[in-house]
Amino acid sequence: MAKFKTHMLVCGGTGCRASASDVLYENLKKEVKEKGLENDVQVVTTGCFGFCEQGPIVKMIPDNTFYVGVQPKDAADIVAEHALKGRKVDRLLYKDPVKKEHVPDSKHMGFYKKQIRIALRNCGLIDPENVNEYLAADGYEALGKVLLEMTPEEAIQIVIDSGLRGRGGGGFPTGVKWKIAQGVKGAQKYVVCNADEGDPGAFMDRSILEGDPHTVLEAMAINGYCIGATKGLIYIRAEYPLAIHRLKVAIAQAREYGLLGEDILGSGYNFDIELRYGAGAFVCGEETALIHSMEGHRGEPTFKPPFPAESGYLGMPTNVNNVETYANIPVIFNKGAKWFASIGTEKSKGTKVFALAGKINNVGLIEVPMGITLREVIFEIGGGIKGGKKFKAVQTGGPSGGCLTEKHLDTPIDYDNLIASGSMMGSGGMIVMDEDDCMVSVAKFYLDFTVEESCGKCSPCRIGNKRLYEILEKITKGHGAMDDLDKLRNLSNVIKDTSLCGLGQTSPNPVLSTLDNFYDEYLAHITEGKCFASQCKDLIKYEIIPENCVGCTACARNCPVNCISGERKQIHLIDQSLCIKCGACMEKCKFNAVTII
Amino acid sequence: MTKIKSLADLRNMKADLQSKIALREKSDNPEGRVQIKVAMATCGIASGAKEVMEFLVEELDKRNIDAIVSQTGCMGYCYAEPTIEVTLPNQEPVVFGYVDSKKADDIIEKYIKTGELLEGIIPVNYEKID
Amino acid sequence: MELIKLTIDNRAVEVEKGTTVFHAAKKLGIEIPTLCYMNLADLNIEHKPGGCRVCVVEVEGRRNLAPSCATECNEGMVVKTNSMRVLNSRRTVLELILSDHPFDCLICAKSGYCDLQNMAIKMGVRSIPYQGEKSTYKPDFSPAIIREMDKCIMCRRCETMCNDFQTVGVLSGINRGFEAVVAPAFERDLDHSECTYCGQCVAVCPTGALTEVDHTPQVIRALADPTKTVVVQTAPAVRAALGEEFGLEPGTLVTGKLAAALRRLGFDYVFDTDFAADLTIMEEGSELLDRLGRFLGGDKSVKLPMLTSCCPGWVNFFEYNFPDMLDVPSTARSPQQMFGSIAKSYFADKIAVDRKEMVVVSIMPCVAKKFEASREEFKVDGNPDVDFSISTRELAALIKGANIDFNTLPDEDFDKPLGESTGAGVIFGVTGGVIEAAVRTAYELHTKKTLEKVDFKQLRGLEGIRSASVDFDGVEIKIGIAHGLGNARKLLEDIKAGKSEFHAIEIMACPSGCIGGGGQPLHHGDSSILKARSKAIYTEDELKVLRKSHENPYIIKLYDEFLGKPMSEKAHHLLHTHYFARKLKHIDID
Repeated sequence: MAKFKTHMLVCGGTGCRASASDVLYENLKKEVKEKGLENDVQVVTTGCFGFCEQGPIVKMIPDNTFYVGVQPKDAADIVAEHALKGRKVDRLLYKDPVKKEHVPDSKHMGFYKKQIRIALRNCGLIDPENVNEYLAADGYEALGKVLLEMTPEEAIQIVIDSGLRGRGGGGFPTGVKWKIAQGVKGAQKYVVCNADEGDPGAFMDRSILEGDPHTVLEAMAINGYCIGATKGLIYIRAEYPLAIHRLKVAIAQAREYGLLGEDILGSGYNFDIELRYGAGAFVCGEETALIHSMEGHRGEPTFKPPFPAESGYLGMPTNVNNVETYANIPVIFNKGAKWFASIGTEKSKGTKVFALAGKINNVGLIEVPMGITLREVIFEIGGGIKGGKKFKAVQTGGPSGGCLTEKHLDTPIDYDNLIASGSMMGSGGMIVMDEDDCMVSVAKFYLDFTVEESCGKCSPCRIGNKRLYEILEKITKGHGAMDDLDKLRNLSNVIKDTSLCGLGQTSPNPVLSTLDNFYDEYLAHITEGKCFASQCKDLIKYEIIPENCVGCTACARNCPVNCISGERKQIHLIDQSLCIKCGACMEKCKFNAVTII
Repeated sequence: MTKIKSLADLRNMKADLQSKIALREKSDNPEGRVQIKVAMATCGIASGAKEVMEFLVEELDKRNIDAIVSQTGCMGYCYAEPTIEVTLPNQEPVVFGYVDSKKADDIIEKYIKTGELLEGIIPVNYEKID
Repeated sequence: MELIKLTIDNRAVEVEKGTTVFHAAKKLGIEIPTLCYMNLADLNIEHKPGGCRVCVVEVEGRRNLAPSCATECNEGMVVKTNSMRVLNSRRTVLELILSDHPFDCLICAKSGYCDLQNMAIKMGVRSIPYQGEKSTYKPDFSPAIIREMDKCIMCRRCETMCNDFQTVGVLSGINRGFEAVVAPAFERDLDHSECTYCGQCVAVCPTGALTEVDHTPQVIRALADPTKTVVVQTAPAVRAALGEEFGLEPGTLVTGKLAAALRRLGFDYVFDTDFAADLTIMEEGSELLDRLGRFLGGDKSVKLPMLTSCCPGWVNFFEYNFPDMLDVPSTARSPQQMFGSIAKSYFADKIAVDRKEMVVVSIMPCVAKKFEASREEFKVDGNPDVDFSISTRELAALIKGANIDFNTLPDEDFDKPLGESTGAGVIFGVTGGVIEAAVRTAYELHTKKTLEKVDFKQLRGLEGIRSASVDFDGVEIKIGIAHGLGNARKLLEDIKAGKSEFHAIEIMACPSGCIGGGGQPLHHGDSSILKARSKAIYTEDELKVLRKSHENPYIIKLYDEFLGKPMSEKAHHLLHTHYFARKLKHIDID
């Protein structure tokens, strides 16, 4: 067998695929063949590297050169220069956003420095469609050990000792959940993987399923053995076609190897997995709603108890865990509960994957140890705020998380601290906002999402969120009154206090946290009719500063509604009654003659 | 594909397969490993750098030395090609010139295994190559 | 039984394990308000979606408020049902619901009977602080039920009745968020769904979202028209419930007052559907005896069991769901339709009135009767046998509107000849009654012996599915009874699978039969009311001198003068029908 001296890892995640990384892969293979390097260079499709904004990504092994924004046509240079002559293709190297210098390899990139990859350990390392690569990376060894060397009780104890908590948002101790499910008797028990990732902009679970599907299958089988279930179901949204494809491939491979099916590894234990598709309702991430959806009913939550562990899928004891939670399981068995528990904070162990987005230089998927501060994440991994602007807020926990500010930057991130700060861990969305973001509009934006995605079952969530949205809309239009602030607060508290499921119990968080942390912005909207960030169109006016205007006509020519008048070399004027506040004039003016008041 | 029937089978398979991705795992954690860079520009290749690289890869593996061998561009010592840079864990890199299979064998046996310096070291007024 | 001690509003209470906080509070006399919870305990229907969130209470140690309807009591639990936190939340939630509700209470069909209105009154709501967009939907007018979803508060009671109890599956929650509403699939209207018009959704709807089609204006117009002879018939279950609309105790029999009220409303002839019930027994009982006789004689082609066919909701149900079993139910028309047919032929001849000048009005405990009356097969040259069918509730509104002081009315009798009935006709109003009436007559016709004990207690009760056997002088007749279409479905599936042992089966679509019909005074989820009505029906039966249909002298006369004998050709023409395999109506999309 040829021993490859160079591995070219080409990202095959959805993000990079969208930018033709599959064509790039083919081109690289072709070039390698043409240069006669088939025995030296291996081109591999892997899962996501996380640095999606910079994709498509190619990582060179062994020197860790990290090529970003690679186009299919760049394949020739990479092979001819790097593979053949050992010379890096400078133009494809990642450029440090602050120092503006090329960074030679991933080891020198701020984005990766503070990351610890456990759940994402195989993403960007192995070919997700090749079970052999997973086996090479300790795959299914944990399952083998659990099945053949441990009782379910012993295995559950390891999960309890690891301190792993549910990564879907709730943060319930995983081992305890398993223990409860184990203790309930049932003719047929089920293990369900919640892959209904619904937070806008979040793709933690998708990346894991696309990059390392076997780890989820292995963990589910372990889970099944622990609680006495022989059937596993993965509830995945239909808009994740690549993840579905890779799961199907993985399930077929695992069955062929006998790692799923009957008498797994000669242990006598049977376990198999099927897929169930969701139609993309956010609320189906809630476990009871998810189960109803799988049963063919309307996806809406029901009161707990009974918990799924007592009466879940088809009324049988069911254990539901999130994809990321599962991705941690095999490692815990391979490296030990103690090792896992050594990472993180006192009550939150291990790592958490976040989808870092917003006004930040390095947008992407990151995995960091619990206890890291928001400052480290935003300014070191995230590379700071885009365009040198000022940091204003960071929203964690998806659409129903809270907005945290400067004063929270040094708080270590874990489940309890985030809740104490008025936000939550959620499934791992993290959106950074800068001085140009209006916090009232931000709250309105999130409410818009929860209004749409509420299942509509319980009154406070169905009607209350709508009313919250309407009040925010009123304020951003400049029609707010001071008693609207009382209404916002009372409504928010009542919705949180009375809603049936986690959606309604958290949906007012963006309102409450912005009220707490950015009260002055609300006040400015209401009492002065001002939006500090100039985002609320009804509160701003574009005007031309006569002293600066040279009469170049650029603004008038670019105005989509022709509301700017003025002859050449004359001072121009904006007709406010027609202006749609698109900002095109300001963008086109080279003389800083357009201003917002 | 045949079914894997026991944990022992699984472990045997893993042992066979591990080499497939070993290089990727090693390069992810270069610290604590021997890192060797072979200058593979035109000058190096013309002087036999490719053969030296092949030899190093094969032999280090055979002799169970945990090392990462990578190629790099011209180090600027064209007169002394093939050149290689060897970095032992927690030590400064050392560059060797005129490396052929025999010299490479010496480097493995003496410098890498025991840390004993040998002839052919190019004086260090050069800059480390990334 | 394990007992649990807890404290509610500083008072100790002991309840059985599994009891909810809602019921524990009730034990202390604390009525926690709710808009969605419904418990028809005697019928095994408990609806507790925990959706309205009005019943929330404070539980010590719990982060958020708990819905008392769904939260089970725990040992040592400390509950507050009226803390300021609870009251503020409850009020805010109610204000939110009201903020998405039309304010046309003055002219709403449910005004005065609306749970939401009552709660707003009770809590003294005087303003709606949270104004905003309101849900708007196109009203859905079907032949029997009107859906005005602007008024839906998503309590989902109708869904439980339609899906879980009736297994009709027409109504379910659709859409998300503020747009969420209960509707047939794809937001079709009821007329284009498989709705059976059983009206159980209407019976449990707390607001005016689901109501029956109002036919009282047409009835008033007919009564005001001097050229029309207006004939009224009133179903057995009406007399056991109408009194509730006038503040009388549930179960008060108001037969005499009912006849008096109808006469004062101006009906020309006040008759009784019970007469037609006796007639139904003659036809249906004869059909059963005929089928049985042939079966026992070795004819294997005979369809058994025979199923009753007097319930229009049930007829709609099997036409949609069991189109391959249309030959199983009796071909006898329902009492309402037999009455109409005889009134507009035999009786019209007698009084020499053209059927076109005669208007037959029926007072029914039912919503589906409206649809039944409109069926094409029950019309002669476009003229329906029954012109208008109004519900018990609509009749109450007519009486109130006519300034009639119902409670002081004297007891009067029905007119002759179509007002005379036996006890057998009366018990049609309750589950098991039709088959008991049939047994009384079939026994005597078959054995030629006089039945000494007419009370077949084994056929009575409120269990959803009952079975009993009756000794026909050495021949054991096995009888099945089901009320609720979900229970009916089970018996039907058995017949389909060839597992049914029954000779005859009675089916009623509504819980406990017609007394729990969709057109009856609202029971607001109190099943003791249904029990009281049931008792009243059996009392009326016992008070009757004649208790077997075939002893009704006017029935005997009807056959002598007009029909000949049961199942005669004329009887077939006027009193029997046939069924259709029904499919969903097609909607043209342009």
